[in-house]
Amino acid sequence: MSAPQHQEPVSFAFDEQSEAQIATILKRYPENKKASGVIPLLYVVQKQMGRQTGSAWVPRVAMDQVALRLGMAPIRVYEVATFYFMFNTKPIGRYHLQVCGTTPCWLRGSDEVARACRDAGHLKGYGDTSDDGLFTMTEVECLGGCVNAPILQVDDDYYEDLDYDSTVQLIEALKRGDRPKPGSARGRLCSAPEGGPETLLDIPLAEGK
Amino acid sequence: MALSDKDRIFTNLYGIHHWGLTEARRRGNWDGTAGIIAKGRDWIIEEMKQSGLRGRGGAGFPTGLKWSFMPKESPDGRPSYLVVNCDESEPGTCKDRDIIRNDPHTLIEGCLIAAVAMGAHAGYIYVRGEYYNEHLVLQAAIEEAYEAGLLGPNAAGSGWDFDLYVHRGAGAYICGEETALIESLEGKKGMPRLKPPFPAAVGLYGCPTTVNNVETIAVVPEILRRGASWFASFGRPKNSGTKVFCIQGHVNKPCNVEAEMSIPMRELIERYAGGVRGGWDNLLAVIPGGSSTPLLPKHICDDVLMDFDALREHKSGLGTAGVIVMDKSTDIIRAIARLAQFYKHESCGQCTPCREGMGWQKRLMDRMVEGRAEIAEIDVLESVTRQIEGHTICALADGGVWPVQGLIRHFRPLMEERIAAYKAKKSGGAMPLAAE
Repeated sequence: MSAPQHQEPVSFAFDEQSEAQIATILKRYPENKKASGVIPLLYVVQKQMGRQTGSAWVPRVAMDQVALRLGMAPIRVYEVATFYFMFNTKPIGRYHLQVCGTTPCWLRGSDEVARACRDAGHLKGYGDTSDDGLFTMTEVECLGGCVNAPILQVDDDYYEDLDYDSTVQLIEALKRGDRPKPGSARGRLCSAPEGGPETLLDIPLAEGK
Repeated sequence: MALSDKDRIFTNLYGIHHWGLTEARRRGNWDGTAGIIAKGRDWIIEEMKQSGLRGRGGAGFPTGLKWSFMPKESPDGRPSYLVVNCDESEPGTCKDRDIIRNDPHTLIEGCLIAAVAMGAHAGYIYVRGEYYNEHLVLQAAIEEAYEAGLLGPNAAGSGWDFDLYVHRGAGAYICGEETALIESLEGKKGMPRLKPPFPAAVGLYGCPTTVNNVETIAVVPEILRRGASWFASFGRPKNSGTKVFCIQGHVNKPCNVEAEMSIPMRELIERYAGGVRGGWDNLLAVIPGGSSTPLLPKHICDDVLMDFDALREHKSGLGTAGVIVMDKSTDIIRAIARLAQFYKHESCGQCTPCREGMGWQKRLMDRMVEGRAEIAEIDVLESVTRQIEGHTICALADGGVWPVQGLIRHFRPLMEERIAAYKAKKSGGAMPLAAE
């Protein structure tokens, strides 16, 4: 890894909540295969940074802690942290606006979603963080919600069936500190067609057991 | 005849009902599981072969046959593993998402039965990192199953001990490739392994492993409950069963739907997705099975069937059954160029033809979008894709060049027109005329 351009914290220690999560995670893998826990532990780091600093990212000192905990060489953890797109190796805004720009979303208007993010979030474009530190905007590849395109993922939540106006409304709500319910902006039930399901209406249910 | 609800396996695809165990049981999940398992490993595998089920993750390999590759006994004490691929990342595909968030018990029950068939006492479900909320539901469903004795020691009263875990990925399309997935699960970068050895011999932690797609595993219990012949009665021979299709793009009502295999594409789109925006005659092309499958222009879509063999005859494929519909307003060169960008972004970088080739292809496709190219470069592009195809460890690069090959195959005149238009624009105006 090249020298970071941002301010790195001097130390990192897992807090109590993180320790509890780690204990659960490590039970899933064989005792001598702890390295399997590297992605889960990097998530634990990223979440803790979000809780503590308002910016969910993974500093290098934390990667070292993960390596120590899993008995891995630090370089193996750096490799994983940089290979996988969902780990932020530098600080980001409080809300991570992840615009899906792959063809299925593009066909349904993802350019408008991106424009709304730039306008309402006061962002110059992909990779930018707003001056108030509230938003970072990233173009992501297919989010796997294509029948509800276009999609904007805010942190862990999918907002679906968006257009320019509904995206602006969403971002304005985030600015107010609200967290709108994830899912379809057009009131669809999951992946069912608009207007309500046309199949699966006649499912026989056995008596409650 | 359209598939009726009584023949649908995913009875809660839309989440009309609750995903939880009580409701799932009322819909028929976990009914007689121990009885199925009691019929034994050989019976299960034979029944799966008879059902004609082919893997639902894109490659379409016969499931029963794949399971039969697992060693019967472990001579050296190595355990066997079941790994379920829920890294759903092929653009156009969003079916596994519905299964894990709305119908998770179909998958969990399927995992237990599949584990018995392959002699595994532990299984991992690898869920793409972006499906955060979905993985929470799946995790909760697994915990419910443990509490009800359906997982763990003597799972579901079957006499078989089975533990099932959820593992999240972190944003890498390549981890949908089975050996990259295994690497990732072991805590490494998701770079595919050279085969052989195949995972059934040397897989997770060096142990015999079978990796199956979510939908493949989730349909297993219902097939075994109703019988292989029931499943095989849908679709054409060698293409049997029901399938979740993801119909999207320029249709009036995008949706997921479980339909019978071999359904005509036009019927699928018109019956379930409200038809093409502006009517069938406004159709330009369809990508029939996720981004890797080459597009088909309207005249093929008019009567093509949605199954492995019919689409293959047209040099495309069923893939994951993500049906991406594009009407006449689409800049199809740009639509495919965006896919080229996707594959460039997702190449793991291990093999040179893919690492360099995907970037090269993307840059040339970007010029094709503008028309800033020579007509002869279309042939160069085609030739380079042929040199990439088949020369890498995994199939990512193949899937990355097929969309571009499909574009050239069916829309070459449009590409030439665009190049001509660009040249005309450049020569008119900017060029000083001698007479002036």
